[in-house]
Amino acid sequence: MSLEFAFDLLLVLTMVWSAWRSLSATRLDRAIVMFIVFGLLMALAWARLSAPDIGLAEAAIGAGLTGALLLDAYGALQRREI
Amino acid sequence: MKRLLVVLGAVCLIVLLLGAMHDLAPASVELHAAVAANLTASGVEHPVTAVLLNFRGYDTLLEIAVLLLALIVILAIGREEASNAEATVDVRLLVSPVLQTLAKLATPLMIMVAFYLLWAGSFRPGGAFQAGAVLAAAAVLLHLAELLPSWQSPGARLRLGLAGGFLIFLAVGAGSLMQGALLEYPLEQAGALILLIESGLTISLGLILAGLFLLLSRDDGETS
Repeated sequence: MSLEFAFDLLLVLTMVWSAWRSLSATRLDRAIVMFIVFGLLMALAWARLSAPDIGLAEAAIGAGLTGALLLDAYGALQRREI
Repeated sequence: MKRLLVVLGAVCLIVLLLGAMHDLAPASVELHAAVAANLTASGVEHPVTAVLLNFRGYDTLLEIAVLLLALIVILAIGREEASNAEATVDVRLLVSPVLQTLAKLATPLMIMVAFYLLWAGSFRPGGAFQAGAVLAAAAVLLHLAELLPSWQSPGARLRLGLAGGFLIFLAVGAGSLMQGALLEYPLEQAGALILLIESGLTISLGLILAGLFLLLSRDDGETS
């Protein structure tokens, strides 16, 4: 088993794990953080599939902007509850 | 029981997808070779940028049009809500000075990275969309650090910036339509035209993506 294959296998397993954690987390903030983690791993996966353009876009839009928007929405929800 | 059914369905889907992936038909048109053969005529050296801005330029034109349309809809809905917004509470005290200093330090770097990505797009991975996203992320960071207020009603300059990329792209498209076909650049000016379009797109995309955030995030003071 080559090193690259081991890395890919680890990447796939971590992605499935983070996706599952994001969906099954009972606390919203943890779910959002796991979603961001999933987005960054996804960007890494695109880079491994030799599509660094999509990887860059995924990291910036998928993980960065969407994550910030979700965190902001979570903050707004928290403020509303107080 | 319900969970078991869902897991069973997911497993079935995975098996089906793996099966479909296994006997995938070969691509009927060899696009890779066609792009590589025409790369010298595109004005840029990176195949992805060549496809996005030259060979399939109208796809990108329509993409930016769709994004602009989405922002206009948000603007239309937002203005309605803004008219009955209550007095805002000062939340400036809640943001730590560390975050503000970090945001101030990071923003110039992010702007530099954005313009590097724009410039790099012509010969390596990068381009207007990624650069615009980084610009938008900088604006969002400033907003979250309470250094940039949310846009209650964009002024004329901001509106021009939002629509500018699309208008430049449309103008180039119209110009090329008069010369021959839509978005078919003359060979010697192709590189310059693509850079002009990409610069406009970067600014507009940055503003549009930031606008999706800053126009929606008007909840700072609303506690109702």
